[in-house]
Order: sequence, then C-alpha cells, then structure tokens
Amino acid sequence: MPLKQGRNVLPGLGITLGITMTYLGLMVLIPFAALFLRTLDLGPGGFWAVVTAPRVMAAYRLSFGASFIAAAFDAVAGLVVAWVLVRYEFPARRLVDAIVDLPFALPTAVAGITLTTLFAPSGWIGRLAEPLGLRIAFTPLGVTLALVFIGLPFTIRTVQPVLEGLEQDVEEASACLGANRLQTLAWVVFPALVPAWLTGFAMAFARALGEYGSIAFISGNLPMKTEIVPLLIMTKLQEFDYPGATAIAAVMLVASFAILLAINGLQAWATRGQQGRA
Amino acid sequence: MAGAPPTSFRGVPVAGVHAGRRERAWVRFLLVAFTLGFLGVFLILPLVLVFSQAFESGVLAYWTAVSDPETLHAIRLTLLAAGLSVAFNTVFGVSAAWALTKFDFPGKQILNTLIDLPLTVSPVISGLIFVLVFGLQGWFGAWLQAHNVQILFAWPGIVLATAFVTFPFVARELVPLMNELGRDEEEAAMVLGASGWQTFWKVTLPNVRWGLAYGVILCNARAMGEFGAVSVVSGHIRGQTNTLPLHVEILYDEYQSSAAFAAASLLTLLALVTLVLKHWSHLKQSRLLAEASRSLELE
Repeated sequence: MPLKQGRNVLPGLGITLGITMTYLGLMVLIPFAALFLRTLDLGPGGFWAVVTAPRVMAAYRLSFGASFIAAAFDAVAGLVVAWVLVRYEFPARRLVDAIVDLPFALPTAVAGITLTTLFAPSGWIGRLAEPLGLRIAFTPLGVTLALVFIGLPFTIRTVQPVLEGLEQDVEEASACLGANRLQTLAWVVFPALVPAWLTGFAMAFARALGEYGSIAFISGNLPMKTEIVPLLIMTKLQEFDYPGATAIAAVMLVASFAILLAINGLQAWATRGQQGRA
Repeated sequence: MAGAPPTSFRGVPVAGVHAGRRERAWVRFLLVAFTLGFLGVFLILPLVLVFSQAFESGVLAYWTAVSDPETLHAIRLTLLAAGLSVAFNTVFGVSAAWALTKFDFPGKQILNTLIDLPLTVSPVISGLIFVLVFGLQGWFGAWLQAHNVQILFAWPGIVLATAFVTFPFVARELVPLMNELGRDEEEAAMVLGASGWQTFWKVTLPNVRWGLAYGVILCNARAMGEFGAVSVVSGHIRGQTNTLPLHVEILYDEYQSSAAFAAASLLTLLALVTLVLKHWSHLKQSRLLAEASRSLELE
C-alpha cells in the first residue's frame, strides 16, 4: 500500500515534478494552446466555412473511412496472427514474432516509397493486380493498404499478452462440458480478449488517422480523390494558408483526443478484466 | 509463454483425445498459412524490396549514393536531432516516472494522460504547432526575428519537432514498470541512510535498467525516422536542413530511385537493429523482474 503523502520518506517530488511540468508545458501545452487560440482568429463563421469545405469533407471521408477499414482489417488479421503466434508451433515462429514490430520501427518515408514501389502498376504486386483491372497505388485502395501496414503491430501486440496469460483450464472445462471447439472459442476465449482487442483496434485507427509519411507517396495526392486530411493540412501549409491548416488541424485534434479517451477507458476495462481473472 | 498447444495436461495426454480441445489440423494449417502469407506480403516483401532496389544499379552506385556529401550531411543532422531528443526525453521520462510512481498527488491521472498526448497527434499537426509558436506570424516569431534567432527552417526546429513526436516513449516504459516494482526497496534504502541520489543510482536504476534501455531504443528509432513533423518545420533546404528521411523523399521525387532506396536501406538497417535490441532488452527486463519476484518470495 502506498504511504500517505506526509509519511512518504522518498525525496525528489519537487524537482522531478518540476522538470516534468516545465518540459510538458514548454513542449506540449504551450504549442497546443497556440493551435486552439489561433483557430479563434477565424471567427465561428470562418472556421465553419473552412472545416466544411467540399475538399475538406472529401478528405475527412477518405481519412476516417480508410482508417476504419484498415483498422478493422488489422483487428481481424491481428487476432489470427496473435492466436497463431501464441498457440501454434511452426518453423520460424520466433522470427515472425520479432518482425511483427517492423511497421513500428521502420521510418514512414521508407514504408511509403517501398509500398508505392511494391503496389505500383510495374511493381511486384501491382503487376499481378493490373491484369485483374485492379489499380492499387494512387487510389483509395492503396491508401487503405498502407494504413493496414502501419496499424498492424498495434492489433497484434495488444491481444498477444492477454492470450498468453489465459489459463487453458477453462477451455478444457468447456470441452469437457460438451462444447465443440468453435463454441469454446466464441464463448470462452473470445470474450476474454474483447477489451484488449478493441484497444488494439482503437490504437490502429488513431495511428492511421494521423499517418502522413507512408501515405504521402502512395496516395498520389489527388484532391477530392486520394487526399487524406494530414496531406491536405500539409498542402495548406505549403500555400501559406496557416488559418486554414490550423482550423482543420483543430478538428483532427479533437477527434484524436476523443479516441485517446476511448483507449484509456478500454485499457481500464482490460486491466479490470485481467485482475478479475487472476 | 504459452507457446505450443498442450499435448498433455497435468501429465495426461489430451491432443486428439477430445476433438473439442484443439482446432482441427486443416484449420490450424490454414491459420498458419494465412499468417505466413499475410506477414510475408506485408512485412518480408517490403524488406526484400528495399535492398533489391538499393543495389539495383550495383554496389558502386550504392556506395556513391550513401557517401554523397548531401547524404552524409543528412545523416549528421539526423544523428544530432535524435541524440538531443533522446537526451531530453530520457531526463524527462525518468523524472516523470519518479514523480508519478513514488508519490501520490491530485491530478496524477491527468498528467499521465497528457504525457501520452503526442502519440495520438498526427505528425503534420506536431510540426504545425511549432510553426504557430515560432513562425513569423507565430507568438514568438517577431521577437525571434528581431533578435536574429532562427528556430524554424533550421536545426533547433527539427530538434523540437523530433523531441515532441518522441516525447512519451521513455516515460511510457518506465511508469508501468516502476509501478509494478513498488516503493519498498527505495524506502528501505532511505531508512538505512542512503541519500536520494544514492537510492536512485544504486536501487532504482539497476532494477529498471533494461526497461529504460527499451524506452530509449524505441525513442531513438522514432526520432531518427520521423518524417511528417520534421518535414513541416525543416523548410527542405538541401545540404542544410534535410534529415535522412527527408533526403529519401527528395531523391525519390527526383526519380533517383536507387539512390533513394540506398538512403532508405540505411534507415531500414536501423529499424532491423532496433527490432533486435528491443527484443533483447525486453527479454532482459523480464528476467530482471522474474528474479526480483523470486527473491521476494524467498524472503
């Protein structure tokens, strides 16, 4: 049990909290305050006009739509990969396990040029898709596939530790009581994974929503067609339209905060679930 | 680790005895095949592609691209930005972890959430906020110009943006770890007469050293690879404010594909080294924790 404040014998609260608050204030709070205060310059009418312009609406649709589809795909694929990594033995399992974090460690610019080259009509995969009439690079499909790459580690790494910690006795019990394997998985294993699974989905979604580097290359950056919101903000900045960029950024920040709160809530739920089982 | 499915449970063989206890063989085969196929296409193929494109024009062309003065300058700037960001964020991360895990105070949960904030922000927005503070139309822009201080479109801006993007990494590793370890050992050290610094260096740090290394490794990887935020604040001045990822972009946009991939291969090697070190430090810290809990049980 933590000691009460007055009886805590450990020193350093003043200096460590001082460093923390100063650095946090300078690096995070002041810049964020600048962003929100600068959106006020536009006035409510001007702000609304900027953030609901047709080109901006198209960018929201693509950003939220592609991020949702990519995160949903990652959630399903991540569940399968996590299950296979935890429960099955196969050649190169440890190597595969280690490489899962690659999208996290690989700089996004490298991911961008690599995926673009891979999926371009002359690329290793684009070449196979071309005869089927399927264009990947420079289309919303390409944007979505790049976001699948970016979000993948999140959905695997959140489910994996929970799966490792599951007691297999309950599955035995379920089987002994006459459930078939699918019933056991659906009604015994899956419910225990749900909080972590949803956390992974939300993290992949949040990451996809903000992603810039890899998409900058594969999207082709066509307004109304393949322009995601971060690309649009970048374009506005290059045109020195700072108020416009700031207003759209404020909308995306509010969305990010909402997702961050949801993730925090999900993690609290996941922790409670694990403690309940322990 | 629950590794392989159990073939026996408490000494009694179970595999194949009851069909309901494992997936059928063809299901298992299908799931493994999906995993290998999916990760093969999405992770292995890109890796192979980077190096095959980098060496497309031969080893000599690769060496020319890598040893080009602009590439070398970009590498130096990347190392500077990453070095400073990691140093700042490590001092911050250790301080924040100490304050958050050794003390209880009101607003602790809010502080914890604020630290995570930069993770959910788009890199482009991370760059934008520094433009709004230090840019010509920004809060301090006019003052900075009057005093001839260049932050944006120069290395200080790049360092700031990089530090912002990698802000939470060390703290995020240390806080849960130090929460798990508790305060008992530090309190014992203090009661026995150690100073605060001695307690930190001789008790806390040895216990969390591999977790700290893990956080620093992640922080460094993201710092060296940061693209969006740095792209906004750098101004893309060749040979001056280009980091290695920005240099990759410029070469690629100029259709110098193999040179772009040669520079990209350096960043890919960094990513691979990061994965190995990350795996290794994670393993070491788990062993450290296991030892700590064993010695507690013995007492």
